[in-house]
Amino acid sequence: MHVYGTELRSRLLLGTAQYPSPAVMVEAIQASATEVVTVSLRREGAGGEQGMAGQRFWDVLRPLNLRVLPNTAGCHSVKEAVLTAHMAREVFDTRWIKLEVIGEHDTLQPDVFGLVEAARILIADGFQVFPYTTEDLVVAGRLLDAGCEVLMPWGSPIGSGRGLNNVYGLRTLRAHFPEVPLVVDAGIGLPSHAAQAMELGYDAVLLNTAVAGAGDPPRMAKAMAQAVEAGRAAFLADPVRARDMAAPSTPVLGMPVFS
Amino acid sequence: MQWLPEHAPRVLVIGAGVSGLVTATVLAGRGAKVSLIHRPETRTRASHFAGGMLAPWCEAADAPPRLAQDAASAIDWWSGHFAGTQRHGSLVVAPRRDREELARFARRTSHHTALDAAAIAALEPDLEGRFDQGLHFAEEAHLDPRKALEALSEGLRQQGVSLRDCDADEARFGDYDRVVDCRGHAAAQDWRDLRGVRGEMLLLRCPDISLSRPVRLLHPRIPLYIVPRGNHCFMVGATMIESSDRRAITARSTMDLLNAAYTLHPAFAEAEILEAGANIRPALPDNMPALKDEGQVLRLNGMYRHGFLLAPHLANQAADILLHRHTHHREVSA
Repeated sequence: MHVYGTELRSRLLLGTAQYPSPAVMVEAIQASATEVVTVSLRREGAGGEQGMAGQRFWDVLRPLNLRVLPNTAGCHSVKEAVLTAHMAREVFDTRWIKLEVIGEHDTLQPDVFGLVEAARILIADGFQVFPYTTEDLVVAGRLLDAGCEVLMPWGSPIGSGRGLNNVYGLRTLRAHFPEVPLVVDAGIGLPSHAAQAMELGYDAVLLNTAVAGAGDPPRMAKAMAQAVEAGRAAFLADPVRARDMAAPSTPVLGMPVFS
Repeated sequence: MQWLPEHAPRVLVIGAGVSGLVTATVLAGRGAKVSLIHRPETRTRASHFAGGMLAPWCEAADAPPRLAQDAASAIDWWSGHFAGTQRHGSLVVAPRRDREELARFARRTSHHTALDAAAIAALEPDLEGRFDQGLHFAEEAHLDPRKALEALSEGLRQQGVSLRDCDADEARFGDYDRVVDCRGHAAAQDWRDLRGVRGEMLLLRCPDISLSRPVRLLHPRIPLYIVPRGNHCFMVGATMIESSDRRAITARSTMDLLNAAYTLHPAFAEAEILEAGANIRPALPDNMPALKDEGQVLRLNGMYRHGFLLAPHLANQAADILLHRHTHHREVSA
């Protein structure tokens, strides 16, 4: 998979919040074999008044040689998201930004209007934007017009673990933008959800709570990696489609075929 | 182990947070000749802002299994050293929409019983009608950290231990057989893996509400707790932010903490805010404390959010290391 000219071998992207400890987080990351981790500047306080008040937390990640995808988690306005993105670029020295503009406090669903506006501003500032969006087709078109080269629609609300709420919408999005890297971001709770997203032809899955909140995060990370791989292989293998009638896998002799 | 007074090991303990005071108390109790130095300001100590919950079973939800083992003696230890230790258990509740969090918490912990609305009201009459499900951890306890630490300081003074304001850099280590470094996050320069985890808390006074035990309010994003301090005062805590930023409590955290209190009971809307605090917990990568023996200096650090719960165990381990070696040394030189 290629995003903004970078080749990624692992199709699982992992968040770094809410683990029981940094040591468990590192184990989970290693078990997942991910190459990209998202980091939250606001929640983990890497910014802070003294610039790098969360430095030692990030020191834990450094030896793993991962690509860091900073996010603007918790930002509720365009201005806040743009400001956070700029801080993240300085702290983590990357043009990548996972853009979140939250529109609804309770469901944490994206403010798609603010998202498009913030994406335009950040791309003009030289950022490579990974927008956290809904599965809405028109919004997706606007984000691509703004210069996004990857889209990250939700499966269901952040942290809900409900899986893919609107399979039809996600399928439609995939069909309309066959060439654009699409990543299901948010709502994955189980490996079967991750596998389902990959079976639909999505390029990757981004998740955090499903692993961090599991009783055994490293084990769940491994399960997710296996599910993503299985789902991807299934998609490439052109699976059979569901049908209404039984279709015997061995010929039934002595029966009329068309009755 | 008892020595002739002239043979007792001379130990300097640095730090008057929970690690330093408990270590000094244990060492003095085991016959060492202890001196303790500390910074003058109590507000620099993370323990000053602690919740004071002695909750090994609740904490096990997100900690390695050894936490519960290491914490096993803590409640008895505190009951023996601080008369204000309250053994009324603790209560865990969740708002109706976050009931799944309660089921998850129950799965990952032990030593609890399930409560319905009537059982919750029987334990805490002021919470009648607020929650229809909860968990009771009957064997847990709580204390007021500031009073408990003051009691330990007083106990040390009565045993003739000197406690004085002094910078660690100015202490003459040569005067002592061993030094125990219990400086918490202030020792970050000397312990590469040590990081700060910022915590913020509020102290409220709410005459309309009485609680007998700590109440944890589960929430997928902001799990918080309220610990009664007596006299209708309550500690509401505590945020967990991966940062060693020392600025005052933020508006966002204040809102989160107050929201939690209000969710527990709307009467908290009229509470008086007595204090808003923020400080840095010292933490190691697995969020469990550890000892590091560097010859003359033994470092004890990484208490994270478990200072009151794990300090007695760590202090005993430290004493085993220090006093065993001292005995060995004396035998060899005799």
